[in-house]
Amino acid sequence: METLNYRFENGTRKLSAKAELVGVVSSGNLEVLIEPADLQGGCAVEIKTAARGFGAIWEAVIGDFNKRWQLADTRISINDMGATPAVVSLRLDQAVEAMVEEK
Amino acid sequence: MPVATPADHVWNRRQTNRNERLARAGSVLGNSLEGKLLPSARIADLLYAVIESGDRVCLEGNNQKQADFLSKALAGLDPARVHDLHMLFSVLALPEHLDVFEKGIASKLDFSFSGPQAGRLAKLASAGKLNIGAIHTYLELFGRYFVDLTPRVALVAAQAADRHGNLYTGPNTEDTPAIAEATAFSSGIVIAQVNEIVDVLPRIDIPADWVSFVTKAPTPHYIEPLFTRDPAQISEIQVLMAMMAIKGIYAEYGVQRLNHGIGFDTAAIELILPTYAESLGLRGKICKHWALNPHPALIPAIEAGFVESVHSFGSELGMEDYIRARPDVFFVGPDGSMRSNRAFSQTAGHYACDMFIGSTLQIDLQGNSSTATLGRIAGFGGAPNMGADARGRRHASPAWLKAGQQARAGKNAIPRGQKLVVQTVETFREHMQPAFVDKLDAWQLAEQANMPIPPVMIYGDDVTHILTEEGIANLLLCRTEEEREQAIRGVAGYTPVGLARDKRMVENLRDRGIIRRAEDMGIDKRLATRDLLAAKNMKDLVRASGGLYNPPKRFRNW
Repeated sequence: METLNYRFENGTRKLSAKAELVGVVSSGNLEVLIEPADLQGGCAVEIKTAARGFGAIWEAVIGDFNKRWQLADTRISINDMGATPAVVSLRLDQAVEAMVEEK
Repeated sequence: MPVATPADHVWNRRQTNRNERLARAGSVLGNSLEGKLLPSARIADLLYAVIESGDRVCLEGNNQKQADFLSKALAGLDPARVHDLHMLFSVLALPEHLDVFEKGIASKLDFSFSGPQAGRLAKLASAGKLNIGAIHTYLELFGRYFVDLTPRVALVAAQAADRHGNLYTGPNTEDTPAIAEATAFSSGIVIAQVNEIVDVLPRIDIPADWVSFVTKAPTPHYIEPLFTRDPAQISEIQVLMAMMAIKGIYAEYGVQRLNHGIGFDTAAIELILPTYAESLGLRGKICKHWALNPHPALIPAIEAGFVESVHSFGSELGMEDYIRARPDVFFVGPDGSMRSNRAFSQTAGHYACDMFIGSTLQIDLQGNSSTATLGRIAGFGGAPNMGADARGRRHASPAWLKAGQQARAGKNAIPRGQKLVVQTVETFREHMQPAFVDKLDAWQLAEQANMPIPPVMIYGDDVTHILTEEGIANLLLCRTEEEREQAIRGVAGYTPVGLARDKRMVENLRDRGIIRRAEDMGIDKRLATRDLLAAKNMKDLVRASGGLYNPPKRFRNW
């Protein structure tokens, strides 16, 4: 188990008040919880992953996600069971698109 | 002055030799032979009588039906009596196919595909137990059967024979006509194993005068359900990629005639035709004519009216009744059962289709792709014929012309079309193995097995599009080697190859439409869920077929 933390500042997009939970904790998959939080405009991402040694890839995946959405005051918690970057990006995008829509 | 052939030159050595073999069989088997029919218990005696050491022997291993009784019999021979055979296989599928090398009965091998035996084949090759002539495409191997690899003896499989030796192959005709013709018309010996001997055949697929001997095998020949994909295994990423394929390629080029590779990526495309493609108004505009095995995953699209015709390389277990009930779509005989033919369907896939789409295991920076990975000599089967521009093609179609225009724009070249060859891969395979690599494993494999060229499935200069979860790279529009490399890196995701992209150049390629992301194509990623699949499991496929599809037991969980 490895825990990774990332924080981005100066986001421009706030999400709906309702938290969104997507995905499942099963092999090759992950669970993502996205919730609004007072983070002075920042976006905090915490990843608990079963697969060690992929920090550089996580950093790139989460960095690109931040570039796409520029979220502000958002907390993202990820429970990963060895999902591929493709699955991670799709889950994150699906969750955020649903929250942007609801707003 | 030309040297004349001596007057005493013998011109019928092969015929004489065949007659000697037949005479040996007649004297050894005597009354056991009823015309061409032989009791299965005497099969070893027959093989000793008609096979000579050093012979080229074609053993019918297909994608579907297998001459398994004959292959076991061959592997059971005494290497002291029969040895140094040169084996020819379309598909090296069964353990017995390799046992003949392990036991020293055979020493040389030419083949097309060896998926299930890939690991053991690599071991035997490196142990010096066999000498691989070449890994062929199917058409190439069939072609050589008529040029320099003509079999002396062919061991084939059929569903039934009559008492004269006519053969009915059933829906899995596959390679039998090509093998039997090459052997029978070069004074060779054709031996068939059949499941039953009947008075009147439903139809005749191979005429009796091509066949030397027939034996009823103790058990029906094995058939592999190679093309059945359980929709329950399809992932959301595969749905997303299928959406991009349909909107970004099929609709874009108006692809009417095509071949799909084997695998879940293409099964996902088949299963969202009635949902996603229908919602885009594409019925009647794409996917009308197919060179394809009867994939169960295609049933919902057929039922939805997308598909006009399907010609098949072989059949698929459980699809018999469904095919029989859809004779406008499939090629069936007067008896109602399907007639497949690998040689003709491969020809159709090469010359008469505008697109091939399939998956692979590794792609390099030039777009070369290979399924050969370290320790596995898997061969390629039909993919190289489908996944290659047909340089001999002369008829035009809108999809072919558009691809050709994109490739030739701005060049001083005579108008000509091009086949769309699409490689669809997730950037990471299982266990986080990157699908994009700087150098294919094929190079190392070639070195280890002493091959003259690395075993490449589809050459980069034939690939027109690479589709990953990150988007589509249209290689037709690239104008320099550098652009091409960056277009490939630009869809290679978070693999080391993808991370090493020149970000500015990739953004430039995206602005020019050479790289397109899902959002650039107006694809709503929220739709990329399994709900989009017209069938979500095997039972849904049975339901879609109106109960006509009868899946093999291992795919039933109800």
